[in-house]
Parts: sequence; structure tokens; C-alpha cells
Amino acid sequence: MTLATQRGMRDPVAGGRFGSFGGRFVPESLIPACAALEEAFRDAWTDPGFRQQLDLFRAVHAGRPTALTPAWNLSAELGITLLLKREDLAHTGSHKINNVLGQALLARRMGKTRLIAETGAGQHGVAAATAAALFGLRATVYMGERDIERQALNVFRMNLLGADVVPVTTGSRTLKDATNEAMRQWVANVDDTHFCLGSVAGPHPYPWMVREFQRVIGDEARRQVAAELPAGVPDVVVACVGGGSNAAGTFAGFADTGARLIGVEAAGGAAMTDGTVGVVHGSRSLVLQNAEGQIAEAHSIAAGLDYPGIGPEHAHLGESGRAQYVTVTDDEVLTALKRLARTEGIICALESAHAVAWVMRAAGTDELPHGSTVLLTLSGRGDKDMAQLQVAS
Amino acid sequence: MTLRLGTGRPLLVPFLTGGVTAGWTDYLLAYQEAGADAIEVGLPFSDPMLDGTTIQQASDQALTRGATVDAILHELTAIRGRLRVPIIVMAYANLVLKVGIERLARAGVSGLIVSDLPLEESAELESAAAAAGIDMILLAAPVTPDDRLRQICHRSQGFVYAVSVMGVTGERTTLAPEAEALARRAKLLLAEPAASVFHAGSRDGADPVQRLPVLIGFGVSTPEQAAVAGRAGDGVVVGAALMRRVLDGASPADLRREVGALRAALDQGVSTATPYAEISGDRR
Repeated sequence: MTLATQRGMRDPVAGGRFGSFGGRFVPESLIPACAALEEAFRDAWTDPGFRQQLDLFRAVHAGRPTALTPAWNLSAELGITLLLKREDLAHTGSHKINNVLGQALLARRMGKTRLIAETGAGQHGVAAATAAALFGLRATVYMGERDIERQALNVFRMNLLGADVVPVTTGSRTLKDATNEAMRQWVANVDDTHFCLGSVAGPHPYPWMVREFQRVIGDEARRQVAAELPAGVPDVVVACVGGGSNAAGTFAGFADTGARLIGVEAAGGAAMTDGTVGVVHGSRSLVLQNAEGQIAEAHSIAAGLDYPGIGPEHAHLGESGRAQYVTVTDDEVLTALKRLARTEGIICALESAHAVAWVMRAAGTDELPHGSTVLLTLSGRGDKDMAQLQVAS
Repeated sequence: MTLRLGTGRPLLVPFLTGGVTAGWTDYLLAYQEAGADAIEVGLPFSDPMLDGTTIQQASDQALTRGATVDAILHELTAIRGRLRVPIIVMAYANLVLKVGIERLARAGVSGLIVSDLPLEESAELESAAAAAGIDMILLAAPVTPDDRLRQICHRSQGFVYAVSVMGVTGERTTLAPEAEALARRAKLLLAEPAASVFHAGSRDGADPVQRLPVLIGFGVSTPEQAAVAGRAGDGVVVGAALMRRVLDGASPADLRREVGALRAALDQGVSTATPYAEISGDRR
């Protein structure tokens, strides 16, 4: 076995484990549904017909492949070669569309007529509502009351797409509570309803399935980068991490290369850096919690990174040393967003600006020496963040 | 912990969220006086994904007033001398993994129910519980297929918890029809020859003393529903309906009456079919 294959991101083993992380920690009522979903996904993912259909919708509806943009000006300023994988150009404005197209097609294949989804900032909710509209499925999106106030525009977008948005008024009234509520609703409506989970979290098969639906980011980037760089692969691959779906999809395309993989967390929501082993939302991973196991709230300027946990495969990649996880502060993020806008003419999402902030800080240091080549996934566009940026500046 | 069948009446296990009020242990004593066979104490959790509005609210209220797992277990230990009935802790996996099974055992806990720990994930905790002398009570759902239900029946200890409905905890106006079917399936499987090796039960389940009881829970809200569930299973767990009263400010004396009404309905519900015998003294 070569080093490269040893380092690859594999399918999870027995019961959905990535190393010691993952699993299926759900009530007995959901076990048959999780098992049926796993079987349906395995079947679809090995069916060339399903893959062709997904590729078609990715191309004609979502606008894939997304561009690879060399950040010429910023590269010159930082003394590195920075390539941006432009998920901000995908339909609905972020990488979330990759996952929902896959899950909606799968739901339809399973004979489900309704999607339910959890959302924090609203990006996954909008994407799920979009896919539901496209495939003629009903959609209900659960969203914390506090997030509904903060992200009114996305609530309107979901309504415009025909989805019901249900406020979640319990707990901290944010993403983690919306996820709990979606799980509860799934238990009660499992016959006709598919739970369209938005990240590489949750019970098996979600972390694996969502990574596979997102690996289109990494697979495309691998081909695109090969044409740009003499070495074929970049020295460093970097992406922001909340639950970790854009990072997982990006890393999947490079895990079997020698590239360093860097996940960038928000300093106020860094489950890899500050978390401990725990079980939340159906899997064993690292999570922000107190000594007794009560889950903590995350705090970040980017609502999409306001999540106390992280996908189990990231916990495994971090533990095994294959990927490295770092944090940046809200101030660094705001500075990075503005600098990218001025140098490249790209206003990225606050979430994506975390990855940019790390590159700016690390460039020219031992972490990222001059002359390094970097592939950075710009997970989404900044339109949703304008009101917040007006207040912040 | 042994919840003995054959006492001539269905078992009653009322639930209380630990730490829900300052004097929460008074409710436990009231439950006991009203004729509970065991009491389920829920550990409040920040992310109760299998609970409906009422238990979520109770959990939030407990955490907001500063209840901790450690304090709840201390308070349980403090009234241990006055509690004759077994205490069963119900909790989410994350809390159990943190607090550790030995700590529960030291607090005098006899049984443990972990709502988000299915068969595939529970083996490790089952052996730890066995070593600590705590019964692991496993849950079965209406959608659980027979082969899986058989494993649950054979691995569960104390009793088999039959979740009456596809849904979360909470009061309901009627008892879900799936409840009766699930309880019947579980009783049949418990009476199978494979089980008789351990339990010496007869094939047709006519010797219920020797097999594990099947208790119906989730949504059992009124004395009438309890009576129906008590006939279908071997007893009931009642949670949200009681917690609703506690959250609305009812006193331990009020709850004693509530549980007493459930007790009476269960006993009468059976007395029409089977002669009812008074059981006195320690029911452990």
C-alpha cells in the first residue's frame, strides 16, 4: 500500500465509523429509517444512471463545474500562489446545492414526497427549498427563532420557493436546536419524509453520504488545479469548517495526495480545537460541552459556523494527523473579507472568509512559506451578509 | 432491580425530570406513596432530541435553575433511605458517557434507559452496567422488526420499554394503536424457548412471573389510557402528563393524587379480567 492510498478518505467501516468517531446514536424509532437510507444511498451511488442524472442537474441547474480562479493580485501581495475554488458561483450562492441535489434525487428514488431540513444561516434551508421545488417535493425547514431574526432575507427566499419555515423556540433557539427539532419531526413522519441534513454530521450514513455528495468540489478542483500548477497538486488545501461539509468535499479530492489539508474554524466555535469527545445529533465526535456533557453554544460572526460540533470524519482526520485544524477570530475574518473584495473583486461569505483569513495570516511564515501553492475553497458568496457587514463597518 | 410480574396488577413507573424544581425529590416520595412500582428520573439535557415540548420545557427549566447531574445524584442519595422503590435513570448518551455508570451505581440507581443508544452502540455500556449492578433497559419501537425485537427482548434487563408511538415524548389524546401490537409482539418473543433457557418461562407465556415485563411508554396521558396500556402490556411509564402538572405548579400532594388515579385505573383495568390481590410491604 502506498502512502497516498493510506492517506485517502475512505468509506466508513462497521456501523459508520471513521476511526473511533461516527456511528448511529439515534432512538430505536429511527434505526429502520437510517438503515433504509444507507441501503438506498449505496444502491444509488453505484448506479451509473443515478450518477448521470445527478451530473446533469449539477450542470444545467447548479452551474457546475464551478470556476477555479487564480487570485493574482492577492497572490502577488502574499508571495504565494492562491487558487480559489468558486463555490460562491454555484446556484443559490454556496456549495450547499451539491448536497441537496443528491439528497433530493435520492429521496425521490426512495418514494418520499417531503423534505425536512435544519438551517442556521439559512443557506442550507434555501438550497433544500430549491431542490424541493425542482423535484416537486414539499419542504419544511426548521430554523431557530434567533436565526430567523438575524436572517430574515433567507426566510423570505425559502417562502418564495414554496417551503414552510418553522421557528424553533426551545434551547438556544439556533442551529443545534433546529437540528434537534428536525430529528423529532423525522421520527414522527418517517414514512413519507426524508431528513435532508445539511452537513457531514448526524447518524450514519449522513457524514459519509454528504461528503460523497460534496466531493464534487474536490474532484473538480483536483482536475482544474492539475492544469494550473506544474506540480499537479497544491502544497496546501484550505477550507472553512463548521460542521465541515465544504471542507470534507474539498479534502476528499486531495486526501490521497501529499497536500497539507487545513480546516479553519471560528475561534468562538472551534470543536476541533476546544471540543472534547461526545455524542450529539447522532454521532460520536468532538463537541463544545461542559464537564457534565451539556452542549455549549458556539459564537461566530458567521452564522454558518455557529455549530458546537464537527463532522466525525474531521475528528478522525484531525486525530490521525492527516488534516490540521486552526482558528481565526471575527476581526481577522472581517479584514480578510474586505481585502479579498478589494484585491480580487470577490465578496465572499463570512464563513469562507475564515479560510482566506488563515491564508493571509500564515503567508510568509513557516506555516505557509513564500512560494507555496494553495487551493482555497470559497464556499459561498457574501450577499447574505451585507446587512451584518454594514453594522460591523 | 426486579420488577416482578404476577402481583396481579400492572406495573406503574412514573417519570420526573431531575432538578425540575428546588424540592423535586418530594415528588419522588409522593410517587412512591401513590403506589409507583419504580420511578424514572430524567437527567436534564441541553439537546433532548427524543422529547416533545413538555419534557423539553422541564429539561430547560431544570438547567436554567442550575441543576447539574452531580447535584441530582447527590439529592437522590440524600433521600435513599426513604425510597423503597427502584430508581431508574433516563438520559441521553452524552450525559451517561460523561457521568459514568459507577457514579450512577453509587447514587443507588438500579436501572438505566438511554434514549439515543440503540443495540449497535450499547454493548460497551451494557457490560459496564452489568459490572456495576445496574439494569440496562432497552427500548423497542413500533417499526422495530421481529428479529431486532428478539435481540432487544433478550438483551434488555429489568423490563422491555415499548415505545407506543412513532414520535417523541408528550401527552396524546388517545393511545396509539401500534402500542398494543408492539407489546403483544414483545411478550410473545419474551416467551420463546430461547428465553426459557434463562427465564424458565413456558412457551405460551402463561407463566408471566418468569419473563421480563413489557412496559408501554410515550404518550400514556390519562388513567383511561393507562388502563388500556396496562392490559396490552404489563404496565406503563407515564412522563409528560405528570410533568405538565409539575410545570404548571402542582404540588407533590397534587401529584400524589394524579399517580394515585393512574394506580387505581391500572388496578381496576385489570380487576375486570383478573382477580386483584393486594400487595403489601416492600415491592422490590
